[in-house]
Amino acid sequence: MPQTTPFHDRLIALNQTGIWKHWSGYLVAPRYQYSETDEYYAIRNAVALLDTSPLFKYVIQGEDAQPFLEKVLARDINECQINEAQYTCWCNEEGFVLQDGVILHVDKNEYWLTAAEPTLKYFRKQAEAGAFSKLEIEDISEAYGILALQGPHALDVLQALDVEVANMPYFGVTRTHLKGMPVVLSRTGFTGDLGYEIWTAAGDALSLWDSVMAAGQNYNITPMGTTALKMARVEAGLLLLDVDFSSARFAWVDAQRETPCELGWSWMFRRLAKDERNFIGRNAIETQLKNKTQRWTTVGLEIDWHDYERVHLEAGIMPPKHGVYCESTMSIYRRGDVEWDYVGYATSFLYSSLLRRPIAIAKLPLDLAKSGTQVDLEIPVIKKPKNVLARVARVPFFNPARKTSRFVND
Amino acid sequence: MKYDAIVIGGGHNGLVNGAYLAKSGLKTLILERRPMVGGAAITEELLPGYQFTTFSYAISLIRPDIVQDLQLVKHGMMVLPMSSTFQPGYDGEYLLLGADKDHNFHEICRHSREDAESYRDLSHLFDRVCFALKPLLDAIPPNALSDRPEDVAHCTEVRNYLQNLPADVQGLIDRLWNGSAADILNDYFECELLKSNIASSAIIGSMISPSDKKSGIVWLLHKMGEYDGVFGDWGFHKGGNGGFTQVLARAAQAWGATVMTGHGVERVIYDSGKVEGVVLDNGQELRADIVVSALDPKRTFTQLVDAKDLPVDLNQAITQFKFQGSASKVNFALNGLPRFPALSGRADPFTGFVNVGPSMQYLEDAFADAKAGRFSRKPFVDCCVQSTVDPDMSPPGKHVMSCFVMYTPYHLADGAWATEREKLGDTVENTLNEFFPGFPGLVEHREIVTPLDIENVTGLTEGNIFMGELFSEQMFLNRPAPGWNQYRTPIEGYYQCGSGTHPGGCVMGAPGKLAARQVLNDRQQKEISKN
Repeated sequence: MPQTTPFHDRLIALNQTGIWKHWSGYLVAPRYQYSETDEYYAIRNAVALLDTSPLFKYVIQGEDAQPFLEKVLARDINECQINEAQYTCWCNEEGFVLQDGVILHVDKNEYWLTAAEPTLKYFRKQAEAGAFSKLEIEDISEAYGILALQGPHALDVLQALDVEVANMPYFGVTRTHLKGMPVVLSRTGFTGDLGYEIWTAAGDALSLWDSVMAAGQNYNITPMGTTALKMARVEAGLLLLDVDFSSARFAWVDAQRETPCELGWSWMFRRLAKDERNFIGRNAIETQLKNKTQRWTTVGLEIDWHDYERVHLEAGIMPPKHGVYCESTMSIYRRGDVEWDYVGYATSFLYSSLLRRPIAIAKLPLDLAKSGTQVDLEIPVIKKPKNVLARVARVPFFNPARKTSRFVND
Repeated sequence: MKYDAIVIGGGHNGLVNGAYLAKSGLKTLILERRPMVGGAAITEELLPGYQFTTFSYAISLIRPDIVQDLQLVKHGMMVLPMSSTFQPGYDGEYLLLGADKDHNFHEICRHSREDAESYRDLSHLFDRVCFALKPLLDAIPPNALSDRPEDVAHCTEVRNYLQNLPADVQGLIDRLWNGSAADILNDYFECELLKSNIASSAIIGSMISPSDKKSGIVWLLHKMGEYDGVFGDWGFHKGGNGGFTQVLARAAQAWGATVMTGHGVERVIYDSGKVEGVVLDNGQELRADIVVSALDPKRTFTQLVDAKDLPVDLNQAITQFKFQGSASKVNFALNGLPRFPALSGRADPFTGFVNVGPSMQYLEDAFADAKAGRFSRKPFVDCCVQSTVDPDMSPPGKHVMSCFVMYTPYHLADGAWATEREKLGDTVENTLNEFFPGFPGLVEHREIVTPLDIENVTGLTEGNIFMGELFSEQMFLNRPAPGWNQYRTPIEGYYQCGSGTHPGGCVMGAPGKLAARQVLNDRQQKEISKN
């Protein structure tokens, strides 16, 4: 039997479709209503609420928390001050990514971390190996639930709940109360929009859900399923484990493993020369950065609208657009004299209703990774492979000012 | 000040046209008489926090290539999906269609199992018809009166294209072009709620009932819009249709056009059959080699220029061109959502079009009033509570409701709109009260927009929302007049780009785009012959 999240009792009543899927062994709704497009637009136009509890959740505390995280995380934890959050990843000694996650610096010597895969034993082992004795790593995956409140009206909803967050910066964190319930709140999310995530003890989950839904009613709050989330995250240029990359931990060969640079995360190491951290994977990553030995990088692709139209119209059909989101691998070829000159592949493909064009996340060699570079993307048109023109694009594809704006408390 | 091109009218087609001309490098000026651009696609805050879509209220037909060509997304274009269509009936009966095909099947099955299957068949055939005709919507139509070889060839090409379409597609096109919606609907369906729901698309803004032979083409045009590539689906632009024309204005300016509001055009200046510029209503003269009128055919050919300078047959065609405004708007600020007792407490029936007009007979009766020269005693009302989709349309917890009301003839047999307008507002409230008990109690404010108001405010003759009826004799080869359907006029350099040209109204932008294409084609030809 699949597990259920602490919010499940409310989700059952809201899921009009009766469809559930499993996320890390928990029941989640891919969508609550018949149209995932409506849920998607709630993120961009109103406010959407997502139960993201199936994520693994850890509290890392103690005097050694910081030196420990300095060692295990690839991105410099010292850049994450108290009341700040950081998007990070951790790697193996060869510099291959094990996982990505968001870490919250909740208090002095106290960090909360989300992870897509379990990592308790791994972290404890690293703590032991590094002799970090003043450290406690607690798995609160079951004890806590998380709600993601995402969309332009997310701040309004929190303010309607008398939560003082107007001054909270992008990736800010605060420990506060919501309707008397203790919560940890961060201005984070996976949608690339204005949004917050609320951590709650499982026992408070249902009343938290009810409070947020009630406060959001005036702003057309819409429960969102995982499909709408995934559509939004492609526009945000955010990668998904097991879709856009795999964990090095369970890979068979290096062809399946990827380094942060290959995932397009070189920006995490901009200040590497200045920090002295001896983190796991440092040597490999440093060498790769220096010698530019990465095999590929991860980029955004914008598919040419006219070409996408053309290949379908020529086949006598309307181009598929509505609700088109796919996670199957699509081949990419170099444009030139050589036919079918394979150079890489796309891992996520979305017809962006908002941007009105298909977009994708893709792996390409460095010589083709410059913004604006043209490649051919192979798509199926009535079951047959066809190439369409695509251009390397900057991510995020969609990046509204409100995502990072500083709001003033009035 | 000398411009390469001056566009008269800052409605959506004028803006699209000006944006394309500016994009091609022409120094372009767009003139709008009112203090705001948008024409009949505007949003106004009549009450603090309440955004009213005064005239047009939803979007679907805007040509997808315009969105790409003018980079409208970059300038804020965002069309929100309308996820349902609701047809309330009497005694708790209703039809509520949504985004899921299977769900819709079962919903129609509650009324008729055969209709549910027919609905799929007709929808699919209709999709194929729309697909087949889409290229015609996006191309300059042929000139059937010209005997220039290229025009003759163009006509033949279109004729051949149509004749080579699959027989079932051709068959439906013929029926839609020449026949009534009721006739087709009766062949496919028995359920009155379903028939009248679909028939609403066949009468919108037109002085006809669903059984009129002119209704097929009105239906066809309304189905040719797209949402994410799905024919016939509509959406709400963020901030209403005024939000959309603001996007167009920003795009036009970004491409280099100058947009001047508060400047109407008194007349077009021309000499020896050649355009020279315009005279503004303040007497100022502005010079340009190209002048494009986004106004309707009557204003384009009889007001901006002297009709005496035009060929007799064109004059006659414009005189005979039918406007016949038939629709009004009544827009409400509401302090809560309307309540349909059988679906009490649910908001989803109100997230799309809510069609009040529960049977074909209801629509026929409503039309009979209009024929007698009075507004319908029980009007057909197409309601949209846009705030259920876009929370920024109203203050938190409140709503705005746009009501498109038919039939309300421009020419009243007795009385005048000045005295009838409040009665119309009451009639709409009473009608809505029949289906949504307690409706009048929700009303905080109402705005009544009669055909006369539409004409006075936007300049649309007789308040016809399409700049002229969408009847087959006024479409394609004949819009607005045979031989003058290619955006040119008899005055060299003077063009037309309003909805009174092919392919017509509905916030499509196609006339603006195609007229720009024609202007640029002609300039290129001129360059070639010069060299």
